[in-house]
Amino acid sequence: MIKSILKSDDFKLKNCINYIVVIIALVAFAVMQSTGSLKASYMNLLVQIGYSVILAVSLNLVVGFLGELSLGHAGFMCVGAYIGTFISIQLHTVIESKVICLLISMLCGGLLAAFFGFLVGLPALRLKGDYLAIVTLAFGEIVRTVFKNLPWFGKAMGLSTNAVKFTKKDFPLFIIVFITVIVVLFLVQNLVRSKHGRAITAIRDNEIAAKAMGINVTYYKLFVFVIAAFFAGVAGVFYGHYTTPVMYTFFSYNYSIEILVMVVLGGMGSINGSIIAATLITIINYVLQKELPGDLAALKFLIYALILIGIVIFNNAPVLAPLKEKLSIKGLISKLTAKNRKPEDILNDPAHWDKIPTKISMDEVLSTDIQQGNEYTPDKPVKGGN
Amino acid sequence: MSDIVLKTEDLGISFGGLKAVQNVNLEIKKKQLYGLVGPNGAGKTTVFNLLTGVYQPTTGTFYLNGEELKGKTQEQINRKGIARTFQNIRLFNNMSVIRNVLVGLHNQKEFRCNPFTSLLRLPGHYKTEAKMRERAKEILRIVDLEEERNNLACNLPYGKQRKLEIARALATNPTLLLLDEPAAGMNPHETEDLMRIVRKIRDDFDMTILLIEHDMKFVSGLCDEVTVLNFGTVLAQGTAQEALNDPEVIKAYIGE
Repeated sequence: MIKSILKSDDFKLKNCINYIVVIIALVAFAVMQSTGSLKASYMNLLVQIGYSVILAVSLNLVVGFLGELSLGHAGFMCVGAYIGTFISIQLHTVIESKVICLLISMLCGGLLAAFFGFLVGLPALRLKGDYLAIVTLAFGEIVRTVFKNLPWFGKAMGLSTNAVKFTKKDFPLFIIVFITVIVVLFLVQNLVRSKHGRAITAIRDNEIAAKAMGINVTYYKLFVFVIAAFFAGVAGVFYGHYTTPVMYTFFSYNYSIEILVMVVLGGMGSINGSIIAATLITIINYVLQKELPGDLAALKFLIYALILIGIVIFNNAPVLAPLKEKLSIKGLISKLTAKNRKPEDILNDPAHWDKIPTKISMDEVLSTDIQQGNEYTPDKPVKGGN
Repeated sequence: MSDIVLKTEDLGISFGGLKAVQNVNLEIKKKQLYGLVGPNGAGKTTVFNLLTGVYQPTTGTFYLNGEELKGKTQEQINRKGIARTFQNIRLFNNMSVIRNVLVGLHNQKEFRCNPFTSLLRLPGHYKTEAKMRERAKEILRIVDLEEERNNLACNLPYGKQRKLEIARALATNPTLLLLDEPAAGMNPHETEDLMRIVRKIRDDFDMTILLIEHDMKFVSGLCDEVTVLNFGTVLAQGTAQEALNDPEVIKAYIGE
């Protein structure tokens, strides 16, 4: 039993590497912090990176694994930030410790965001593609407008969070955020690598077939939506505890799109990709806002856009594919092992067929087929269909 | 009469003014291989869509083992025991072969495992996963795909994709299996192999199978009973030899 557990996918190095990296980063920064060599602004950056990763990974569940386009992720974060922080402020009048207030409000903010996810998801998930995107976009805008106008949340001034904001004297917030990141990664990866994850990706790949296999499509869509909203709410609570005031302007659709950009850049359906992309984009944003010298500061949005365009082209242009292959870790590994593989092996391995450059090698594939005396079978049925 | 698995009564559907299928009465007995044939556009696939809940019948109804299934959703009907394959293959292309079958196993009682057991990786998760994998391998062995289990479904050759679809449908543990043109696009050698597999499934699982096929050799070599559809109505019914030699049927296929 234990042997089979240890042999399962969960314990392969490939699947644990992200935990290891996050834990190493956490320990390294915690040590730096305790020796006092970590600037306060960098600690804030770490918090930003942490909640961006949570947002990107949870949106990836919806966009990458379920295959539905949601543009309202900032809206769920907004619910968590406003209500979670509000609860935290109320609690702080009773409980002295900010950490305990934060932990309780994380749960409350997450659950409330999840509740909103449920409310929105119930009618909206009957829609598909662009229509769902529009509804979620509208949800995000409605939520922040409502919070702007409710009397308890500071109206247009934003919710002042000075009472519970983590300062230099408090326990470093980024440690709690990073631990939460690890928990979120653990939960999301476990979900994806289970029978439920299979059902979710089945819905993405072919909804009609998934239904015909008896998979409850509505249940799983709602389930993913609610979980993603929960994590977004938690991220919102962190936002409320590191900055003041919580402003409704922050949660505009621009921010929803930015989270989506992280998911798309990292690769839909790739959790590690989301982590890397979220970290990179947050750092780029930080550098452009804080560290640009003089006149260049006026151009920060232009530079940001150029960097994004550059990354997208690098990721997708077929011309650059060989360069990308050379630079990637996978490419390095395959280069090291390629020497032992004969070209025939690669041709006969179905896993490589889509990677063979068609112009030259399709002929080779066909000729090897003919040599082996295989009959050529057409792709489509010859007979007419009903 | 208890050995009748599927019974349809005046099953029919019209789309607006178009009567796509009318008055289809089928009685399929346990362990029977039943063929549904007819020229293009006769409404064969529409009958399948009615039986699996993709469309709701506008007239008539149908029973599986005496239980009325009219008005149920696709998911519910699958759980009651009707599984199907598709005419144009609908595999989960980006998943490995074994994962396709595992999705088919999703709803079975012995593999129950609530989401939170999986989320928190409680021991129950590992137990069900191991059991599911064993079962999936067994099913793949039946259609000779065990060796291919870690390849992506979209990388399989056409004939094997068809077999994988059958395996996936089989994994949902149906009492009635609907095969929509299982031999389309296969060469004679593959067709023969498929006939062997279909018979094997019938014998090993006591399965009742209803299939649509254009390959008359395949139908007459395999099916005990055949119904011929034309323009949405039943043209002939009976044993394969009787039905296919009916002058009306020959007229429908070849013309006068």
